[in-house]
Amino acid sequence: MSDKIIQITEMNKWFGDFQVLKNINLEVEKNKKIVVCGPSGSGKSTLIRCINRLEEHQQGSIIVDGNELTEDTKDIEKIRAEVGMVFQQFNLFPHLSILDNCTLAPIWVKKMPKKDAEDLALQHLEKVQIADQANKYPGQLSGGQQQRCAIARALCMEPKIMLFDEPTSALDPEMIKEVLDAMVNLAKAGMTMIVVTHEMGFAKEVADEVIFMDEGMIVERAETKEFFANPKSDRTKLFLSQIL
Amino acid sequence: MNKLNFLQPDKNNLNTYLYTGVILVAFSIFIVFLNSFFNKDIVSFLPGPISFFLPLILGFIGLHLIRIDYSGYKFLESINKNINTNNFNAFLSLLIVFVVIKSLPPLLSWFIIDANIAGDSKDVCTGSGACWTYIKIWFNRFMYGMYPNPEQWRINLSFIALAFLGTIGFFATEKFKKYLTLYYVVVYPLIAFFFIFFFISGGPIFFDFSYGIIAAVISIIIGFFIPSKFKMYYFIIVPITLYILLKYVFFYEELIELGKLEALEWVETGAWGGLSLTFIVSFFCLIFCFPIGLFLSLGRRSDFPIIKYISIGMIEFWRGVPLITVLFMSSVMFPMFLPEDMFIDKLVRVIIAISLFEAAYVAEVIRGGLQALPRGQYDAAKSLGMGYWKMHILVILPQALKLVIPGIANTFLALVKDTPLIFVVGLLEIVGMLNLAKTNPEWLGFAMEGYVFASVLFFIICYAMSKYSYNLEQKYKTER
Repeated sequence: MSDKIIQITEMNKWFGDFQVLKNINLEVEKNKKIVVCGPSGSGKSTLIRCINRLEEHQQGSIIVDGNELTEDTKDIEKIRAEVGMVFQQFNLFPHLSILDNCTLAPIWVKKMPKKDAEDLALQHLEKVQIADQANKYPGQLSGGQQQRCAIARALCMEPKIMLFDEPTSALDPEMIKEVLDAMVNLAKAGMTMIVVTHEMGFAKEVADEVIFMDEGMIVERAETKEFFANPKSDRTKLFLSQIL
Repeated sequence: MNKLNFLQPDKNNLNTYLYTGVILVAFSIFIVFLNSFFNKDIVSFLPGPISFFLPLILGFIGLHLIRIDYSGYKFLESINKNINTNNFNAFLSLLIVFVVIKSLPPLLSWFIIDANIAGDSKDVCTGSGACWTYIKIWFNRFMYGMYPNPEQWRINLSFIALAFLGTIGFFATEKFKKYLTLYYVVVYPLIAFFFIFFFISGGPIFFDFSYGIIAAVISIIIGFFIPSKFKMYYFIIVPITLYILLKYVFFYEELIELGKLEALEWVETGAWGGLSLTFIVSFFCLIFCFPIGLFLSLGRRSDFPIIKYISIGMIEFWRGVPLITVLFMSSVMFPMFLPEDMFIDKLVRVIIAISLFEAAYVAEVIRGGLQALPRGQYDAAKSLGMGYWKMHILVILPQALKLVIPGIANTFLALVKDTPLIFVVGLLEIVGMLNLAKTNPEWLGFAMEGYVFASVLFFIICYAMSKYSYNLEQKYKTER
């Protein structure tokens, strides 16, 4: 229990009549890095959106850091504050400067004094190497810089888990590397990460385990080396042969 | 094509084309000018239709000749770029210039040359122009309605004071910036209310509900400095305690009697009117309709069915009835539902009615802005641990409201221009006063001057508002 930070059991989810997630069982231990891959429409994004309850599941249970996700809203905000999330479309707040984007949640959610929040934000911006852009607005930055800012923004809440929802899919090939570098550094610092991505290079480099999903089910879950060397199911083999 | 070459201006014979063109254009304008201002037609020897169109033809050819690229003359370039880009635009430009020249003399003569402003009775207005004497004599009524003359300094004083207090936001230092919202949403409207109640109306210093108001204000202001942990209890306990204290410990009833010492003469709202009433009604309606509309728009998108359907009901009801019937109801029907000893002033009822009516429109405008925001903004705010109110106040509304500034300005302008409708309940703001004045037997026949005067005033007010909204748009433009 103690080192299992996420526990999903028998989880089912429907969008209307369509079942997107079927009988998901997943346990994630502290400090593990997990890459989720699979064809589009396989429910990867929905799965990690369920972990901080941006989507509600209908059956089964999700336990994050000892708290079960239910309808109780008061609880959910506390859990969300401990689970950082990075989106495909960055979703920075365009009306705030980069620095304000990073300090907004610490100041208003964690009630951190403004000065401390700014110091913390600059620290994290420094880590993703955009501290010099702190006073610009998101619209003035490139996609890669925006995504790194989004990572810094999530880190400013000092989360226990980081969720990445296809963080590089909306980026130019040149910018993918700078974002992946930031993520690799984060992984090396020991963060618990669940990453939905198609970047198999990244998976090979940092992931402890790889999960392959198709049609709403977890088809295969294996150690990274094992996963790439001799995948068990045929569906995984087909997917890997197409993507590599 | 060679034949047409001499019509195609080029740089080689720059000066020839330039002089011919300028002379032709100048001549065409000169013809129209003479015709318009001195009633002389110097080309009358030509057959009718040709003489009528001659200026247009000459000017057109002239503009065609001066359309030379890269001539090196700055003035010429700017003309070519702005009003003379192609044949069609040249034609339109000429037409507009001619129409303006043609319509200037009658306008000038009506407004200024043949107009009268001297004297103080109808008899001086003998010319064919406007009779500004009428406006001059009635000016006081148009501004203050039936408000007694010796007391009008009270309106002036209140408006000057409110205008000054309204601009405080511009001078606020960084330290006080965060309290500005509190000031403009809570404190300023109350100050405005008290100014209008004490000075314009001449009400007693303490009145029946003032302990309620004071209790509410004090508790809201203190509430801003209370840690959020205690806020839930605080907002229930403190207002009630204050209310009880004020009512029973400080013997409020006696204070009310004391406060009724009449320092200022009481002027009932029926006597208010003119432009000052326009301002009062617009001001309070603008202040109230915005927050109500904001809550309605949020309510309509709420997940709670009760809140959602109440909001939808409110919005659709107020949008579905004409303002004139709303005003009529507020004055005739509404008092029937009140207990007999309860009386709400007509002006207050009108302000509430218009505010609710316009709030429905504001709500739909804001909802448009809320829907324009991508879902990712909600996701991002939620994923950072923000609850409903934090998410909306910090992330969603700043963006949505910025998007709908033009729409809100639109609604507000419509509101200001709807205020004349309050004549149906017998309140006479500026247009109402005009209607009254034009039926005065001594001043029959000057409706035109009155309406022109009112139009100019409304235009100034509305143009200022629209300019301000445009400035706001520019100020909050951060992306794109």
